[in-house]
Amino acid sequence: MSKVLMEGSQALAEAAIQAGCRFYSGYPITPSTEILEYMSVRQPQVGGVCMNAESEIEAIGMVWGAAGCGVRSMTASTGQGISLMQESFAELANAQIPVVTVNMCRGQGDYFQATRGGGHGDYRFIVLAPSSAQEAADLTQLAFDLADKWRNPVMIMGDFLLSHTSEIVELRDAAAVPPPKSWAITGAKGRPAITLSPLGGSAKLVSDHGATLGQVTAKHAGIKVEEARVDAGFLDDAALVVVAFGFPGRFVKYAVRLARARGLRVGYVRPISLWPFPSRIIADVAARARAIAVFELNAGQMVEDVQLAVLGRAPVHSIGGISHDHSGFGVGPLLDVEHILRRIVDIYPSGDQGTEGSRDQVTETEPS
Amino acid sequence: MEMEKVFSKPDLLLRSEHSLCPGCGEPVALRILLETIQNLGLRERTICVAGIGCYTAFPMIMDVDVMQALHGRAPSVATGVKRVRPDALVFTMQGDGDMISEGLQEVIHSAARGEKFTAVVFNNAVFGETGGHMTAATVVGQHTKTTVGGRDRERHGHPIKIAELVAQLDGTAYVARAAVHTASAIKLAEQYLRDAFRAQLGGKGFSLVELLTMCPTDWFVPPEQGPGFLEEKLKPIYPLGVIKGG
Repeated sequence: MSKVLMEGSQALAEAAIQAGCRFYSGYPITPSTEILEYMSVRQPQVGGVCMNAESEIEAIGMVWGAAGCGVRSMTASTGQGISLMQESFAELANAQIPVVTVNMCRGQGDYFQATRGGGHGDYRFIVLAPSSAQEAADLTQLAFDLADKWRNPVMIMGDFLLSHTSEIVELRDAAAVPPPKSWAITGAKGRPAITLSPLGGSAKLVSDHGATLGQVTAKHAGIKVEEARVDAGFLDDAALVVVAFGFPGRFVKYAVRLARARGLRVGYVRPISLWPFPSRIIADVAARARAIAVFELNAGQMVEDVQLAVLGRAPVHSIGGISHDHSGFGVGPLLDVEHILRRIVDIYPSGDQGTEGSRDQVTETEPS
Repeated sequence: MEMEKVFSKPDLLLRSEHSLCPGCGEPVALRILLETIQNLGLRERTICVAGIGCYTAFPMIMDVDVMQALHGRAPSVATGVKRVRPDALVFTMQGDGDMISEGLQEVIHSAARGEKFTAVVFNNAVFGETGGHMTAATVVGQHTKTTVGGRDRERHGHPIKIAELVAQLDGTAYVARAAVHTASAIKLAEQYLRDAFRAQLGGKGFSLVELLTMCPTDWFVPPEQGPGFLEEKLKPIYPLGVIKGG
């Protein structure tokens, strides 16, 4: 397929179409609305369905029904709307229904919501965090494949800039036909009737809720081993490694290059999968670096996962923060390469070759 | 002497025993549902979307495909199902607590959209599974554990008549209310379900059948007094008959 100029939201939506998504249901909310707009035009063109749901609760309910019938299905919202979907999220995981959900966040304050979940019980979503329109397209296709592979919901976590920035995108050709889904509800034609339920069981007359929950959570270990993904650079000799995800991760990469130009030995790790968190990679990095920094546009959420991965091997500094401007969409003044560079310089390990920098609003977090 | 079998469980019922209380109306309603599907020859096209209540025990003994939904959410789930399986016979199975208390918005919007599935609500005017608490369909004067002196207009408001409410909406093709407390009521219930399913398969729009069911345990009466309680307390508030599309 040829290269096209698209907003991140459109790239994500078109990639979903290419991946075989034939059911979309959504409720408008900035900055995810463009996905709904795109799907309302595009789904009918490919014989799919786009629903103007009357609430986020109904949006995820409709997606549940369509995905439970074996059709690749998706919904998108932002943190507030995602909060409303949490009950269904928890039970979709228990029912092992492979839905794809998108959170175009305001800032990055929904990291805990995405990786811990606001729902009940012992469930997990696979969470992917693209940093560009191209990656949004690529990870959307991956999201549908992973959802089917693990029979587990997948969330794509983007943000305002990802959603609204137009970039050159090359879409892969239509993905392979989704795998057959013997668990899907189709009507009991030529086979015994089945039940698809978060309470367990598929065959009639047998139901063991506890066994189902055990089966669902047993998958988590395999997902952790197989699905951790990062983008990383300049690690070989790095004294300081900066960890950042999503669109802000691109700002960090640029700031790291500027730091290198000043002769500072700085590297970066950009987690692409937020769950499973790439703990092993960060642990390896921490064993060699003298310090770790975390830049995220929230009050300090991913830093806890970094600390758990580092386990005291190196000091962990939180150099992000809540970054708001009048728009309310969580972009704000902290998302600035010069500012990020100042913070990098600020915490660069003393004794290494560093330069003076300002200490504005830097908060340090030492591992306990 | 030759014996002729004149009565047995429906073919689509996988086990004749149920785990609900003596005198419960929901197993009767289930039987009517399964016999209607069987008589129409629609087993292989049927998809039930079940809500959460005492009847959540039924999906495992129904010989049709069932998708289990969350409390209140069956209409949105059924919307997703029907939109991707337009040839299926899709019906929801909810209670009054599920549909009218928790999920009222869902059934209203599904009806207004004219979704081509049939919403079946078992209305016993009480939260049965929690042990007898007020729902949005509890009738004025009815004793529950949360309306100890009886539902009071001033303190607890009025019950919602879901069938009449939904019938006003342009997307609805067929709406009826029946009961399962007498043989003649059961015959009507069968007819209404058949007509609702036919309206659905004819692509006419949304359909809803409300079935008044007995819950002697949470009406705090002996099982044999359930049908009389339904007749005296519920039926005057919830009159039986076809409300739209007959």
